[in-house]
Amino acid sequence: MSRKIYLLLAIFMIAAMLLAACGGEDTGGEEAITRGAIYDRVKERGQLVCGSRTDLLGFGYLDESGGNIGFDIDLCRAVAAAVLGDPEAVEFVPLTAADRGPALQTAEVDMLSRNVTWTSSRDAQWGNFTIITFYDGQGFITLADSGIQTIEDMDGASVCVTSGTTTEKNLADAFRQRGLEYEAVIFEDTASVYGAYEEGRCDVSTSDMSQLAAVREGFSNPDAHVILPIVISKEPLTSAVPHGDDQWFDIVKLVMYGLINAEELGVTQMNVETMKSSDSIAIRRLLGQEEDWGYNDLGLDAEALADAIAAVGNYGEIYDRYMGPNGIAFSLPRELNNLWSNGGLIYAPPIK
Amino acid sequence: MHAPGILSIVSTERLTEVTTEHQAIPFYRDERVLRWTAQIISAVVLIGLLVWIIVNFIQSANARGMALNFRFLNDPAGFPISDPVLPFDPSRTFGYAFLVGVVKTLLVAVTGIFFATILGTLIGLARMSSNWLLSRIALGYIEFHRNIPLLVLLFLWYFPVFAQFPSVEESITLAGPIYLNARGIFFTWPRLDSGGVIWLISIAIGIILAVIAWKVLEKRQLSTGRDTYYIYVSLAIVIIIPIIGWFVSGSSPLYLDIPVLDGFNYRGGLRLTPEFAALLIGLTMYTAAFIAEVVRAGIQSVSKGQTEAARAVGLRPFQVISLIVLPQALRVIIPPLISQYLNLTKNSSLALFIGYQEVFSVGKIAINQAGRAVPVFAMVMATYLLMSLFVSWILNWYNRRIQFVEK
Repeated sequence: MSRKIYLLLAIFMIAAMLLAACGGEDTGGEEAITRGAIYDRVKERGQLVCGSRTDLLGFGYLDESGGNIGFDIDLCRAVAAAVLGDPEAVEFVPLTAADRGPALQTAEVDMLSRNVTWTSSRDAQWGNFTIITFYDGQGFITLADSGIQTIEDMDGASVCVTSGTTTEKNLADAFRQRGLEYEAVIFEDTASVYGAYEEGRCDVSTSDMSQLAAVREGFSNPDAHVILPIVISKEPLTSAVPHGDDQWFDIVKLVMYGLINAEELGVTQMNVETMKSSDSIAIRRLLGQEEDWGYNDLGLDAEALADAIAAVGNYGEIYDRYMGPNGIAFSLPRELNNLWSNGGLIYAPPIK
Repeated sequence: MHAPGILSIVSTERLTEVTTEHQAIPFYRDERVLRWTAQIISAVVLIGLLVWIIVNFIQSANARGMALNFRFLNDPAGFPISDPVLPFDPSRTFGYAFLVGVVKTLLVAVTGIFFATILGTLIGLARMSSNWLLSRIALGYIEFHRNIPLLVLLFLWYFPVFAQFPSVEESITLAGPIYLNARGIFFTWPRLDSGGVIWLISIAIGIILAVIAWKVLEKRQLSTGRDTYYIYVSLAIVIIIPIIGWFVSGSSPLYLDIPVLDGFNYRGGLRLTPEFAALLIGLTMYTAAFIAEVVRAGIQSVSKGQTEAARAVGLRPFQVISLIVLPQALRVIIPPLISQYLNLTKNSSLALFIGYQEVFSVGKIAINQAGRAVPVFAMVMATYLLMSLFVSWILNWYNRRIQFVEK
């Protein structure tokens, strides 16, 4: 009898410990995220956990050897380089559109860089949104011979769309506003959306312009499809961090500022070392050769931004690597994503 | 043992010793006390664990600002649902969107269970057929479906099959007309006209009268022994009264709703979207393989002697099946059949992957658009739990009726 009791107790103890262990791993402790909590755990782990994707050409995808590459991926690598000194110290967690919100809310990831549209409700619920790194808008892709040119032409059409996105809400708004009918065909993963569209399940598919440009490249016959010159929404894409750790929020923002300032100042991946002894005070300050620009308070090295630039290049270099005229993914004119000084909207507070 | 002498004296002494010790047994060795203590300790540990989990969960949720209330259900959903079945537009509430999801789950579960039962029974019978080819084909079917994951089968039905149908302009036209294209299957479908209600009422009257006639005449046949032909009489009633109703309703109460090409798509008729069709066929065929094995096991559980004895007393082959084999086989079939029905209902959540939006899929969108993971997951789980409990309650009730009464 007593042996049974011990057995029972032992089982309960093990169960309790397992549960405690699981809880600890999933949420990073039972306490709420407070200032420094995420920074500390990243430092302790020696690795940044970055919520990303592996299925969007240009933004987050895999190269031939299976490594994560893309615009959003490089932003995570820049943060890892600045905080840990190693752009490879990142664990990429692939998330679907529907899973990314909860992953950020529960602080399962240290940083979410997965072409997320910044909206007020997400800002309130999901986490802190850092800085707009890509100005996008929602568009439509259709067959070149479909005869569709305006939204009104799509009355009664079937539209393929990804679930859990701002896209599906914008689509609903745009059609309801105009009193048009449509059949929504909704999938959870992006590959299925475009798979179904390409097989003719839908007349049109809709998403961010940049995403449409990316998937069009992947179609068996890209020239048979056109991206319509209609933009129905503002899609400011940004990276985000969990609520609660202001220090971490500032660090991730500052890295983004650094990448943009680097482009303004002409600091590139190639010349970052020589630029450390530049004549320009602003450049030397950016690269940590002058007075403190805030790194001490944030727990960073003086050369944190220099490390980030050395790892992935400045903002313009990251853009061009994937989407520039000779981009390895596709080429998309920078337009709004040009620096403010070149007629675009990319602007960052000074590093001072 | 019974040898006289010193040994026996010693053993008697020892016996008395043991007896006195037994009377003075300490409480910590009393079996009743121990039993109770064990119960109390395990109850305390279990309850403590539960309380700890719940408190911990609520604290963590609050710390992360994850609201645990259901007020968002009254907010407008803002997202569309594909093939909503009920009238739905994005201005309806989250709660209503969830209801649409529940209805879509029920729709696919009920139709799936219906077809899987028929198909599964047929395949189970084919499996036992003395025809070598037929039984091998059935075996192949069963092994194929039992050894491939359902998700793979669903993708197989969706992308390589239904998505490959031609475009709307080049639809395949079958007799009916039935149109097949990448947007689905469009059936010409009878629908009720204005006079249709009278006809429906006449059908209902016909069925009620037929049942009454069946009961009365069957009872009379059993009491008098004279054949009252109750089967034929009931059949006649159930056919003749609706025919009268058809004429009473004036013009034809039904009209044919023929799909016509209008703009991008066919309109009218009965439409099965490729998503629903792929899900229904995938679920049905997968579950049918398991039901076939259940049916086979049930029938084979009735010993051959029963059939032979039934034949020997002069029952006709149909009577052997319906009176002797089936009632005994059902005892064995029903319990595992219940779990297959439950499996089908729960497996319908895989629809998420092929674009059929049922309760889980709508729930996941709500989680994303409203940011309320915990309440929505609780609702989704409660929905599946209720559905499963309901299905098993009905079938358990039926199962109790057909079980042998133990004497």
